[in-house]
Amino acid sequence: MRHTLSVTVDNKPGVLTRVATMFRRRGFNIDSLTVGATENPTISRMTIVVQGDDQIIEQVTKQLYKLINVIKIVDVTHERAVERELVLIKVRADASVRTEIMQIVEIFRARIVDIGKNNLIIEVTGDSGKIDAIIEALRPFGISELVRTGKIAMLRGCR
Amino acid sequence: MICKGAEILIHTLKEQGVDTIFGYPGGVVLPIYDVLYDADIRHILTRHEQGAAHAADGYARASGKTGVCIATSGPGATNLVTGIATANMDSVPMVFFTGQVASHLIGRDAFQEADITGITLPITKHNYLVERTEDVERVVKEAFYIARTNRPGPVVVDLPKDILDRSIDFIPDNSEVFIHSYRVMKGFNAGQVINAVELIKKARRPVLYAGGGVIISDAAPELQELAEKRKIPVTTTLMGMGAFPGNSYLSLGMLGMHGTKYANYAISEADLLIAVGVRFDDRVTGKIEAFAPHARVIHIDIDAAEIGKNVAVDIPIVGQVKEVLQAINQRLEPVEELSEWHQTIDRWKMEYPLRYPASREGRIMPQHVIESIYDLTQGDAIITTEVGQHQMWTAQYYKFKTPRSLITSGGLGTMGYGFPAAIGAKIARPDKTVIDIAGDGSIQMNIQELGTAMQYKVPVIVCILNNQYLGMVRQWQGLFYRGRYSYTDISLQPDFVKLAEAYGAVGMRVTEPDQVKDALLEAMKVEDRPVFIDFIVEREANVYPMVAPGESLINMIGGDE
Repeated sequence: MRHTLSVTVDNKPGVLTRVATMFRRRGFNIDSLTVGATENPTISRMTIVVQGDDQIIEQVTKQLYKLINVIKIVDVTHERAVERELVLIKVRADASVRTEIMQIVEIFRARIVDIGKNNLIIEVTGDSGKIDAIIEALRPFGISELVRTGKIAMLRGCR
Repeated sequence: MICKGAEILIHTLKEQGVDTIFGYPGGVVLPIYDVLYDADIRHILTRHEQGAAHAADGYARASGKTGVCIATSGPGATNLVTGIATANMDSVPMVFFTGQVASHLIGRDAFQEADITGITLPITKHNYLVERTEDVERVVKEAFYIARTNRPGPVVVDLPKDILDRSIDFIPDNSEVFIHSYRVMKGFNAGQVINAVELIKKARRPVLYAGGGVIISDAAPELQELAEKRKIPVTTTLMGMGAFPGNSYLSLGMLGMHGTKYANYAISEADLLIAVGVRFDDRVTGKIEAFAPHARVIHIDIDAAEIGKNVAVDIPIVGQVKEVLQAINQRLEPVEELSEWHQTIDRWKMEYPLRYPASREGRIMPQHVIESIYDLTQGDAIITTEVGQHQMWTAQYYKFKTPRSLITSGGLGTMGYGFPAAIGAKIARPDKTVIDIAGDGSIQMNIQELGTAMQYKVPVIVCILNNQYLGMVRQWQGLFYRGRYSYTDISLQPDFVKLAEAYGAVGMRVTEPDQVKDALLEAMKVEDRPVFIDFIVEREANVYPMVAPGESLINMIGGDE
């Protein structure tokens, strides 16, 4: 199954390479990986979505901890966490189908952020399930371009 | 005090207790070599950077100290790569210093530029590219700290030339190293120790499976105490040779692909496996599903990532092997009687001893050379090896008694390792007889280090078991590739006696079995230079018993005559 690991690391050059190299060398599959700043400028947070059974996730976690620049790893898969992804979708949309598309956008609480002569750019945020659903809903109209940020996650509550 | 980066480096090395460095100079490390010129540190100049890496590694393994090695940027650094990977696979504490082109040239494909931190990322415990002269001291201290603590390993420190040249006002920092994302492992799960003790008490057919971690953790006495207290037979991995006396009645010798039959049978019949400082390598386990099929498994290791990596275990204990074994020993009462289990093992030992056939043409059998070396040194020498048949025969026929007496590339399997490692080991332990057991293939991979051994008057003995083949590959071709000896005949080779003599070393050739011991005795008398002994051995001797790759340990071939 898919696991979401929230990993805090030193904000130093090369740390992303160390993490990526470990995944490649050990043959673990990354579904998505995002990196960004945190409230502390010396620390970055990586959100890594990785495929595998419990034994593989245990190895991924232990191997990550062996990297000197990795500070803490939390598997948020089964935790109460907010998970979000941002996607931009460019969809073919001539006058005959625009209304229909706008209804879909409405239903998913997405936004239209650009209107071209024959296409629209739609922005969606949400968890992976919602993102997958809107992509499927828009696919029949013809998706000409798509960019996903990958997942970010945060535990609920005050831990 | 105004100091250059290079001066801070050498100052910090001395603070770390470094007295010997192995290295090779070059353009961008000139600032370091200028400081070394009159520094109170011994520098051993090898003839190739790879030789420096392996020599520093042999020095580290023989002494238990951290090995230190210096090379220049670009090709100097890339020549270290095999040595770094060798140390990484065998968990050897080492710090490698590489020169780097000046900071403003990095990324511009400057002369002798190579991205050595990028290249060595997957084969180091950690590495650094130093960006400021102010960071030199901290980084060097961290490098040593990381290299030697927890599971040891190599650390690379890449030093751009301008960082070495620049002068700063240097105030030595005497504080302890603190790395917020790296902690030295202390303690262990006491509950799991109690569970382990219960399992040990109940076990009827227990086996101790001991590896390099026992030696690194200095836990050989504790291992011996556990084995003797509970009369538990002990098998060791290649890296664990010497962790338990090979001449003890409880010793099963090595297990695995070229292990003894009785060790492999014992593993296969055991109801409890106590795995100590090991990593369940494929050369040890064979077919993993069939490894120790009837056994509960206790796994003790400092590296949590080793637990459950290759096999599922019943009782994992993460901690210093020495401390964990002490805790286990404290909770166990001695048993006096030998059990049925020992009778079974004794029967296997009688029925399936290690044995080898006599030569048909009266040639020297390679195993006989190893037995002779053992007889003459009484297991008291430091033995290094290259990689191949001679390495396995050494593990089988030399009864290692003490930790750090076998120095061999177990994990990476690096041909060309043994000779420079022997030089490093002899420099670390001048009181010991140091013998490199080599093949005629491997020895040619770093034979240039004869120059180093001559320059520093290092009396190591190199025993070449010369069969004019890349013997282990030939053996596999014979067994698995229908005897098609593709590119393994190396009978065109130098006259090793003359080659040694060309360097000023001693060379001998031995062709008759009854001359073997005399030659070894003569070699052991030489005190000021290396000795090469070219033993012309049976060409097609094989290493047996053998478990074919991917087979279960009970399916051993050969070793019956």
